[in-house]
Amino acid sequence: MSQSSTMPPATMPLVAIVDVRKKFGDFEALAGVSLDVRAGEVLCIIGASGSGKTTLLRCVNQLVTIDSGAIWVDGELTGWRIDGTKLHALPEKEVARQRLSTGMVFQRFNLFPHMTALENIIEGPVQVQKRNRAEAVREAEALLARVGLADKAGSYPANLSGGQQQRVAIARALAMKPKLMLFDEPTSALDPELVGEVLAAMKELAASGMTMIVVTHELGFAREVADRVVYMDRGAIVEQGPAAEVLGNPQEPRLRAFLSAVLS
Amino acid sequence: MPAPNAAASLPDIAHYTHVPNRHWGRWLAVAIIILLIAGLARAFAVGQIEWDFVGRFFTAPAIMTGLYNTLWMTLGAMALGITLGVITAVMRMSPNPVLQGVAMGYTWLFRGTPVILQLLLWFNLALIFPRLGFGEFSVRTVDVMTPALAALLGLGINQGAYTSEVIRAGMLSVDTGQYEAAKAIGMTRLRALRRIIFPQAMRVVIPPLGNEFIGMVKLTSLASVIQFAEILHAAQNIYYANSRVIELLIVAAIWYLIIVSILTPLQMLLERRFARGAGGAR
Ligand SMILES: Nc1ncnc2c1ncn2[C@@H]1O[C@H](COP(=O)(O)OP(=O)(O)OP(=O)(O)O)[C@@H](O)[C@H]1O
Ligand SMILES: [Mg+2]
Repeated sequence: MSQSSTMPPATMPLVAIVDVRKKFGDFEALAGVSLDVRAGEVLCIIGASGSGKTTLLRCVNQLVTIDSGAIWVDGELTGWRIDGTKLHALPEKEVARQRLSTGMVFQRFNLFPHMTALENIIEGPVQVQKRNRAEAVREAEALLARVGLADKAGSYPANLSGGQQQRVAIARALAMKPKLMLFDEPTSALDPELVGEVLAAMKELAASGMTMIVVTHELGFAREVADRVVYMDRGAIVEQGPAAEVLGNPQEPRLRAFLSAVLS
Repeated sequence: MPAPNAAASLPDIAHYTHVPNRHWGRWLAVAIIILLIAGLARAFAVGQIEWDFVGRFFTAPAIMTGLYNTLWMTLGAMALGITLGVITAVMRMSPNPVLQGVAMGYTWLFRGTPVILQLLLWFNLALIFPRLGFGEFSVRTVDVMTPALAALLGLGINQGAYTSEVIRAGMLSVDTGQYEAAKAIGMTRLRALRRIIFPQAMRVVIPPLGNEFIGMVKLTSLASVIQFAEILHAAQNIYYANSRVIELLIVAAIWYLIIVSILTPLQMLLERRFARGAGGAR
């Protein structure tokens, strides 16, 4: 690398999103989003359907490639290598390596159905990170215990409830020892009585100091756990601030309308 | 006070015997089928077939060699076909338009022409390229392109074009969320295919692939036209000499039936192996 793609860590938030734009065809899903997330911070993103929350999250771990702007994660520019005044697209292997610093939890769990809960969790550590299998199994068992599923190591996803599957998915993401966790509406595919167990696992994770970006409609969770709440509308951040202020004393008319719609 | 038991006022049927439905229609159908089979068997038994010839030639050395050739050609052509099919399907599903185009061209070319024509083309390759290789490292094509090699290439490459579509259907059957979850734990595309996508695609792929396998057992008989000594070719060679046409065709038919009968349970074993986690333990 002729010139460093990294910045001095002291000046750098864990995630720096700089004027990111993304179009799908003619539709502008992200219309210039800038956002910093400090290490250890829990950030909740709220907003109406189609406002670009999922797209923003997926840009952060490069499941979507951005049209312009920049996203820095853990001091590294994602997707590009800086060479003088040129940016070279990173090869697939490098993109895969960059994704290791980020764990992602999906709305629909996306567990690997042909593997048991334990096999799901050790897949990344053993196959991608080439860690010792016995050690990975020990860590996976500890993670399963942490999300309250110590007795489900040998179960296949089809035999787990939605809430249990989502907790396995959280454990699978944590097994990679990420610095940042992304959650895309992790409870919205769950039956109401199963939401609590997943939120509890996420609260425990937040309390342990993990940096988290959570797209959610659970305003109670946001109020209780989030350091900061971001409200998005039509591909842009419209309002942000401490949870109590954004949720308790909204300024933007659109946010007020959104909140009263969600709460009613 | 316990509620009065209604059963007390009903007739006591506890000791009666249960008589199941008689299904007279089924018995009638079975009787008719047995009669038809018996009639057919009698027709063949008294017909112009000398059954002791069938027995005598059933394990004749030439037939055994033919059986061996049919078996290895089936395995070889399917191995080549599956290999090419997987490669082609992966190319077809890749984001690279050049690879996509090559894959589509291959499928188009080999699905668009009859196998027997492809076999003849491979066998007669010497007419196009008298020698293969460069300069002093070249050989006469006729020495290399034996009936066996021509059959292997012809059947295998043709099979690859069909198998690629079967594999592609399997890959498409896996939810896109699985690719994303695999990427999210740092997998490259090829690793995700190998560890996550293919094992799940197998469940969808095995039944049609079993079909193709059975088809290939019989397709090898086409290679008799380029003098490859598989079962049918062996049977024909014998009846050209002794004129026992029907007897030898029956010998060949029985051997094909035996091979296919062995393949079917193997397929079921494989299917069970790849059904892991498919909610079967519920
Ligand atoms: N791959 C894609 N191709 C085309 N359009 C897309 C794609 N992904 C997202 N979009 C569009 O971009 C817009 C923003 O989508 P996004 O999924 O980010 O919204 P969201 O805020 O997560 O909404 P929801 O609350 O419904 O999940 C939507 O209008 C969607 O239709
Ligand atoms: Mg979404």
